[in-house]
Amino acid sequence: MKYVKKKPVKPVKQEPRWQTTISGGDFVDKFHAYRNLHAHALFSSLGRLVASRFSSAMTIVVLAIAIALSSGFYILVANLQQLAGNLEASNQISLFLKDEISEAKANKFADTIRQNPDIQEVKLITKEQALAEFQAHSGFGEAVKSLEKNPLPIVIQVLPKNSLENEQALEVMLDDFKRSAEVDFAQMDMQWVKRLQSIMEVARRGVILLSLLLGAGVLFITANTIRLELHTRRDEVVIAKLVGATNGFIHRPFLYSGFWIGFFSGVTAWFIVTTIMLILKYPIEKLSGLYDDTFHVLFLGFTETLALLFISSVLGIVGSWIVLHFQLKQLKPE
Amino acid sequence: MLKFDNVSMRYTGAGDVLRNVSFHLQRGEMAFLTGHSGAGKSTLLKLIALIERCSRGQVLLDGQDLNQAKDRQVPFIRRKVGLIFQDYKLLQDRTVFDNVALPLVIAGYGHHEVSRRVRASLDKVGLLGKERKYPAVLSGGEQQRVGIARAVVNKPPMILADEPTGNLDPELSAEIMHLFEQFQQVGVTILIASHDISLIAQMNHRILKLDHGQLVAS
Repeated sequence: MKYVKKKPVKPVKQEPRWQTTISGGDFVDKFHAYRNLHAHALFSSLGRLVASRFSSAMTIVVLAIAIALSSGFYILVANLQQLAGNLEASNQISLFLKDEISEAKANKFADTIRQNPDIQEVKLITKEQALAEFQAHSGFGEAVKSLEKNPLPIVIQVLPKNSLENEQALEVMLDDFKRSAEVDFAQMDMQWVKRLQSIMEVARRGVILLSLLLGAGVLFITANTIRLELHTRRDEVVIAKLVGATNGFIHRPFLYSGFWIGFFSGVTAWFIVTTIMLILKYPIEKLSGLYDDTFHVLFLGFTETLALLFISSVLGIVGSWIVLHFQLKQLKPE
Repeated sequence: MLKFDNVSMRYTGAGDVLRNVSFHLQRGEMAFLTGHSGAGKSTLLKLIALIERCSRGQVLLDGQDLNQAKDRQVPFIRRKVGLIFQDYKLLQDRTVFDNVALPLVIAGYGHHEVSRRVRASLDKVGLLGKERKYPAVLSGGEQQRVGIARAVVNKPPMILADEPTGNLDPELSAEIMHLFEQFQQVGVTILIASHDISLIAQMNHRILKLDHGQLVAS
């Protein structure tokens, strides 16, 4: 015989034989039931997605393209940033002296520049030094050897003080150099790097804005998909409500549907981006090889992939929640 | 168990559908709600199932004022009322077992308990052995019995039926009514809306008659 825990004796009350329980089972049973409900919702929503695979696939591909666009731009900017990051932006100015200026005159000119309090460093590169450097690095060494006369000018490299960050002051200094009698041509060497870095900053913000926009798109496409599903399962929802389903119970399978849609879109987007990067990897690395550079194409890393899947899943869940929140109230039993 | 106290229901544009309806059903009582079409039978049932709320007066179910019920309490109140419909409202893509199990799954019962209770409930309505069938392959009478099994499976203290025999022939109708009497005998309060006067007359139960929204006989 089973051991039955004795309950304190209560005064006998006339209870109907038909026991009324609103929710039942012991705690462990209930916990299992709750877990089963989640598991059931998780897999049944997946099952429904598979059952309507054509329309699900279309939705997921549309979402995946949107997600791939933003993550693709992200990885593009990350690659460019890596490229630009290798370059140090300095304010160095190169002065190419006129051909008739002798080395002595050039040295004198360099000394006058040194006296300028805004100048940190001045370096003179003679014609011979320039030629040697050119032969070593340009790849045209043999061709240069065949020249009768050294065509390279004397160069003075001027590094203004760091305090001179003001772009306008730099421009004024550059203009002064350009007007000097000794100078044939003056340029700020790394100005393009600065410009590139400014462009990168614009691109980085562009990626954020684009991602927000596409994220909103993903949200609303998911919401609309869930709205259609809610519509086709209207009877089920109404009947469940009539037999006492809470909103949570009704929401659950739809939230899981949203999760699956978002998750699979994220996975598909990852494949799209990775495929594109694989296609581009070889030509880019070949190109960078030509510049004697060791540039390695960046792919979506582990954390980035996790973030991608997390964000797309969350967008799916939130999209479906929005619809449930606003549409379920309208689904009234009749 | 169920008490209507001067209940009026007004739909905007349709006027008063119920006017000053008062009655009291004791626990374990079985009653018929009758009247011509549009007399307010369905509206009265909707008030009990909290599909609508009354404009004036008070509806008390098991001592609880339904007008005061908050939205999040509604599902738990509905679990106290087994609903039976003229069109059965079964899920066509689920088996008989799954249809009957729905209220238990919603209430959070575990797998074994669900199995046990669904079988007990189907046994009561004489459909044990048809758990795996789909509603579409069952006759009208059988489908209604599935509906009844679903309504009683979590043992609610009250059963509401809206024209439960509306689509059935007299013989099946009598069978269904007999089933309700069996539930009454175990202490369930039952309210059945029906306009099948001859069937109601054969059975010796209380009759609530509505006429243009007013209770004319009780």
